[in-house]
Amino acid sequence: MSQDQAARQEYNITAYTENQVGLLNRIAIIFSRRKINIESLNVSPSEIEGIHRFNIVIVETEEVVEKLAKQIEKQVEVLKVYYNTNADVIWQEMALYKVPTDVIAEKVLVERLLRENGARAVVIRKGYTVFETTGHREETDNLIKALQPYGLIEFVRSARIAIIKASDGFHRKLQEFERREPSEEVAENEFLNDREQVFTM
Amino acid sequence: MSPQTLAQPAASPAAAPTTTPLTGAVATLQALVAEGVDTIFGYPGGAIIPIYDALYDFQPELNHVLVRHEQGGIHAAQGYARSSGRVGVALATSGPGATNLVTGLADAMIDSTPLVCITGQVFAHLLGTDAFQETDIINITTPVTKWNYQVTRAEEIPEALAKAFYIARSGRPGPVLVDITKNAQMQTFDAPAYERCTHIRSYRPAPVVRKEYIEQAAALINSAKRPFILWGQGVVLGKAEQEFKEFVEKSGIPAAWTILGVGALATGHPLNVGMLGMHGNYGPNVLTNECDVLIAIGMRFDDRVTGRLDKYAKQAQVVHLDIDPTEIDKNVKTTVPVWGDCKETLPLLTALVERKAHPEWLARFNDYTAQEVDAVIREELFPTSEELTMGEVMQQLNEITGGEAVIVSDVGQHQMVACRYALQNQSRSHVTSGGLGTMGFALPAAIGAKFGAPHRPVVAIIGDGGVQMTIQELGTIMQTGVDVKIIILNNQFLGMVRQWQELFHQRRYSFVDIQSPDFVTVAAGYRIAGQRVDDRAELRPALEKMLAHPGSFLLEVMVTKENNIFPMVPQGCSVAEIRLR
Repeated sequence: MSQDQAARQEYNITAYTENQVGLLNRIAIIFSRRKINIESLNVSPSEIEGIHRFNIVIVETEEVVEKLAKQIEKQVEVLKVYYNTNADVIWQEMALYKVPTDVIAEKVLVERLLRENGARAVVIRKGYTVFETTGHREETDNLIKALQPYGLIEFVRSARIAIIKASDGFHRKLQEFERREPSEEVAENEFLNDREQVFTM
Repeated sequence: MSPQTLAQPAASPAAAPTTTPLTGAVATLQALVAEGVDTIFGYPGGAIIPIYDALYDFQPELNHVLVRHEQGGIHAAQGYARSSGRVGVALATSGPGATNLVTGLADAMIDSTPLVCITGQVFAHLLGTDAFQETDIINITTPVTKWNYQVTRAEEIPEALAKAFYIARSGRPGPVLVDITKNAQMQTFDAPAYERCTHIRSYRPAPVVRKEYIEQAAALINSAKRPFILWGQGVVLGKAEQEFKEFVEKSGIPAAWTILGVGALATGHPLNVGMLGMHGNYGPNVLTNECDVLIAIGMRFDDRVTGRLDKYAKQAQVVHLDIDPTEIDKNVKTTVPVWGDCKETLPLLTALVERKAHPEWLARFNDYTAQEVDAVIREELFPTSEELTMGEVMQQLNEITGGEAVIVSDVGQHQMVACRYALQNQSRSHVTSGGLGTMGFALPAAIGAKFGAPHRPVVAIIGDGGVQMTIQELGTIMQTGVDVKIIILNNQFLGMVRQWQELFHQRRYSFVDIQSPDFVTVAAGYRIAGQRVDDRAELRPALEKMLAHPGSFLLEVMVTKENNIFPMVPQGCSVAEIRLR
């Protein structure tokens, strides 16, 4: 168990899917069935019109993530699933902070704070101001802590979105999917390809 | 996500086909006919009345079997699919009709049975309003279907059903549910000529076989001193029984089966060394932990087969042939994965394996068989005790049918006896609930199995507990006149649970003492002939009478109350720790 715990880390699961009602539930229950919490979930268009992209973040061991990825890919309306560690992706989360405008106006310290955190004013009203930052979890977290003493009214953070460093996109893959006889390279056994131990005589 | 239709950019609008105005209900039934469906199992209700109305005009091409409960309907569809190798079809109304399908869907999902279930649904404009008999059956059934889809417009029906049949029967088969709102059933639309679905871009049922893995697997098998084959239902689902037999015979490797693989290789074949698992045969379990190469074909290393995983075949290199990539490495780490349809991969492998025999290795299986005969089997099949045993009923049945009957077993002790001892000369001769262990499965499944294999005798073997879960289906037998032989092995206990309570819970028989009605009288109420047997002398004549009887027959056999099923791999133990007593 302790070894398992040690091997657990954040994984970014990227799924290319059809745009279909109910698919979100079909994917979500693959996690809930094993009592795995989804830390972050984002569903958005992808580089290809009509193809959706799920970004899911979970904390698990690679062994479990691989099984989950295969089970997601098995769903009829899922085209392809990848999983990556944080090192393999470029990722961002966006956060919005609502603070009282009078505090911002009066306290120079706050202004510096916002500068240091790369925050941007999205809207300034008489009663409140909304700032936005984009970055990693720690960065958006830091600003909450900093703003808390100045009367942070509201805070919200988006799900994580991630781009896979090594990916060259899905266009070519999709063409293969639309063919009835796929070429060997899209034979779909990417999970089988990078096996650690393969028997050789 | 935004709602979208099924429409995909694929396919071709080549020559614009002519259209015919049809109601959604008629389009639904035309789709069934176009998919080759001849029998459907169903129960009408408010939200599916339009389809039933149209069904009135589809007689006799679509034979509708009116069941007594939707659970019976779906189990019958499963029995039909399993005995025939075709897609089973069940029809139910919305709300309770639909939820009554859930157990059957879960059963079909875990046992990879191809089904298309069609449910009625409230009018589209009422969805989400808690309308009368509205239930969110799509979300309820998502975990227990391979695919499901809600149709809210008649135009969607042909394509939805074409996809449903394609998905249900292709790749690793499974149950599919199509929920059709009442307005979609009633609407008239311009229907194009029905086109069967042969491709969905996001779905790859038959993967490309990688030759290098075939070569590696063959090399490993050829180098093996003590190779051992485990096969499962994948061989049956892939319709690869002949290819499998050729592989086994050329390689000369002893082969054992999972509960759902039974009969893919005849039980009498010299290389068929028996059943795997918790109540499987002695040799296959013990020698799993002594083989050097384990060749798993179309099976999924279920926990009832493997026992304790960290002590399972650790010494062996594993070759796993499966069509479903999620099964590779799921429970047992594979040395060589051979991902693909075994109908395709087995001949490739057979071509590369050397023709061999393994007489010494095979002799070890036979030694264990001899020990098992002495310790368990002889007394079970030819008892010296006064009371009847379940095993002797199977033995007598074997002697009369010669292994030609389709056996449909329920769940529990009698199921293990039926699986262990029934002779099976051909594939698709044993229908049982394997993965889910659904009590009440057998009686309705036997009805379906008979419709799926009308020229073969169908014998249901059911316990006194399980039969009471779906006993209302005697009404279906009465009304359709379907010829199903029913043997109730009555030990007056919920026997399998009682066995566990005896062995692992200090004989605290907590609520396993179940009373039964007079089954023969119940059958008579349904105008089904029957007989009860208490005595050994009556058994053989009663079985002969049952099998010779024109039409269905219920035979209740009173068996010894506290018999245990052995051998047994206790839960949490390794397969090598299998107990003979």
